[in-house]
Amino acid sequence: MNEPTANPPMPVRTSTVFIALLRRDVRVAMKELPFFLLRTVMQPVLFLIVFGFLLPKMGMVRGGYQTTLLPGILAVSLALSAIQSVALPMVQDFGWTKEIEDRLLAPVATWVIAAEKIVAGVIQGVVSALFVLPLARLIMGPIPNLTFGHAGDVLLITVLGATAFSALGMWLGTGIAPQQIGLMFSAIIAPMMFFGCAYYPWRGLDAVPVMKYAVLVNPLVYVAEGMRGALTPDVPHMPLPASMGALLVIAALFWTAGLRSFRKRAIG
Amino acid sequence: MNEIRTEALRKVYPLSPAKRRGPSTAMAFGPPGAGAPPGAAANGARELVALEGLDLEVRGGEFFGLLGPNGAGKTTTIGILTTRVLASAGRASVAGADVINDPVAVRRRIGVVPQRANPDRSLNVLENLVFHSAYFGIARTEAVRRAMVHLEQFAMQDKAHEKVDALSGGQQQRLMIARALIHEPGVIFLDEPTVGLDPQARLALWDVLRDLHRQGRTIVMTTHYMEEAEQLCDRLAIIDRGRLLALDATAALKARAPGGTLIELSLDGPADDAATRVRALEHVSKSEAVGETLRIHSTAGGRIISAAIEAAESAGRLVRNITLKEPSLETLFIELTGRKLD
Repeated sequence: MNEPTANPPMPVRTSTVFIALLRRDVRVAMKELPFFLLRTVMQPVLFLIVFGFLLPKMGMVRGGYQTTLLPGILAVSLALSAIQSVALPMVQDFGWTKEIEDRLLAPVATWVIAAEKIVAGVIQGVVSALFVLPLARLIMGPIPNLTFGHAGDVLLITVLGATAFSALGMWLGTGIAPQQIGLMFSAIIAPMMFFGCAYYPWRGLDAVPVMKYAVLVNPLVYVAEGMRGALTPDVPHMPLPASMGALLVIAALFWTAGLRSFRKRAIG
Repeated sequence: MNEIRTEALRKVYPLSPAKRRGPSTAMAFGPPGAGAPPGAAANGARELVALEGLDLEVRGGEFFGLLGPNGAGKTTTIGILTTRVLASAGRASVAGADVINDPVAVRRRIGVVPQRANPDRSLNVLENLVFHSAYFGIARTEAVRRAMVHLEQFAMQDKAHEKVDALSGGQQQRLMIARALIHEPGVIFLDEPTVGLDPQARLALWDVLRDLHRQGRTIVMTTHYMEEAEQLCDRLAIIDRGRLLALDATAALKARAPGGTLIELSLDGPADDAATRVRALEHVSKSEAVGETLRIHSTAGGRIISAAIEAAESAGRLVRNITLKEPSLETLFIELTGRKLD
C-alpha cells in the first residue's frame, strides 16, 4: 500500500490525459473491431452488392452508375460509423451504465473529454471508409473515371466529413434519451442517408428543383459531393470548395452543440 | 487544517416537465436530478431544493460521515465536492482548491467510490486500473505495479485479467476502491459504499476503510446505515432535506440521543388522544403522536408498555404493533427529523 501524498500532486498535462483517453478508446475499438465493422459497413456493402453489382448485371441501371455510387457509399460508411461510434457509447454511458464517470473525474477540463471522444469517432469514420473502398472495387469491378490523383482533397473531405458526423454523434448521443435510440435511426439517420445524394448525384436533382435546395440542409450531401469532386472529378458535381466550406461550417456548428450538450449531461 | 469546507452551499434543480414525468436519467453523482431527492422540499414542483445552505468542515485525516435518509442531499453534497454538480450558491473547497473555479485541481486530489459500481466494462480488471492511472499521468509500468499491489491487498490478484462482469458485487466495489486509490489521492469520497453488499462483503469493506483511515487519508462517506456510521466515522453530520441538523463527534452525538428507551406503538387510528393520556404515566419523559403512531420515551425501559397499552385502549384505540429502541444515533435521528432513516 502506498502512503498518501502529503503535498498536492503534480499537475498533469492536458495532452497527456487526452492521449490516455484516446488510447483507451482505440483499445476498446480494437477489441470490438469485427462488431464495429459489421455494424457500420454492412449497410453500405449490401447497397454495393444490389446497386453496384446486381442491378448493373441485370441491365437495370446504366454503366456509369457505379461511378456515381462509389463516392456516395464511402460518404455513407463514413457518416454511419462516425455518428454511431460516438452516439452509442454516449447514450449507454450517460443513460444507464455510468461508465464514463471514471473519465469525467480525470484531471482535465470537461470539454477535453468530449473533444477526445469526437476525435476517436473521426478515426473510426476514416477507418470504415478505408475498409469499404477496396470492398467496393472488389464488388463493382473497375470503376470508370475513378482517380486517386487528388489524394489531398480526398483526405480533407474524409476528415472534414468524419469530424462533422462524429460531432453530430456527440450531440445526438448526449441529447436523446436512451429509450429513443431507435428513433435516432429511423427519424434522423435513415432520411439523412436517403436524401444525402449518396445514391444519386446532386446535379441529378436538377429534375426536382425543390429537392435540390431542400437537401442542402443535409450534411451528407456535402460529403458525398465532395467525394465525387475528389475521386471522380470528371462526373458533374457540386464545386469542391463549396462542399468543403459547407462542411467546415457544419462541423463547427456540431462541435459547439456537441460540446455544450456533453457538458450539460456531465455536470449537473 | 480543514481539508474540506463548504459555506452556505445551496443546490436547486430545475424541474422540467419531462423530469417531472419521467425517471431521472442522471449520473451517479449528479447531473440534472441526481440525488434528486424525492423527499427534498419541492417548490411549486418547478424546482427541487436539494441543499439549503450547508456549512461543513472536514479536517485532514478525518473519517467523516454524512448521515441521512434517501433524499437528504448526501449525494448532491458529494457531487458538488467531487466537481460533478455545480452548486447554485455558496462555496466549497477540497484540499485547498475551489470546486467551482478550479475543478481540475480538485480532481487531481480526490478519489471517488460511487454508490453503484461503474467500472469500464469494455476493459478487464487490470486495464480498468491502468487506464485510470494513465488519466492521472502515471506511467504504465508504475500503474501495473500499483494495480497489482491493490489487487493483492483485496485478494483479487487472480482476477487481474478477468472481465469486470465476472466479478461479484463485492469484488466490483473493491475494484472501485482500488481505482479511487491508485492515483494516491489525499481525499477519498465514498457514496453509500456498502449498499447492495452481503453482510460478509460489508464487513470486509469496513476493514478496508479502517485501513485507509489509519494511513491518514481524509475520508468522506455517505451512508444511511446507523451502524456503519457508528463503527467507522470520527465525526458525523446528520442532514435531512438539504439541511444540517447536527454535526459532532460520533460519540458526542450518541450521548445527545434523547434519554431512555423509545417505544413506538402503532395504533388503529390517530394517536393524539392516547399520547395525552400516556404523558401522564410515570417514567414517561415524552409522548407524542405521529399520525397513527404513538412515540413514547421511557425512562424505565419496556416496563411501561402494559400501562401504555392500557392508556391507548382507554382512548379507544387498539395496539397493532410495538417496537422498542435503545438510545442510539437512530433515536437521535428520529428526534431531530421526526422520521426514520430508511
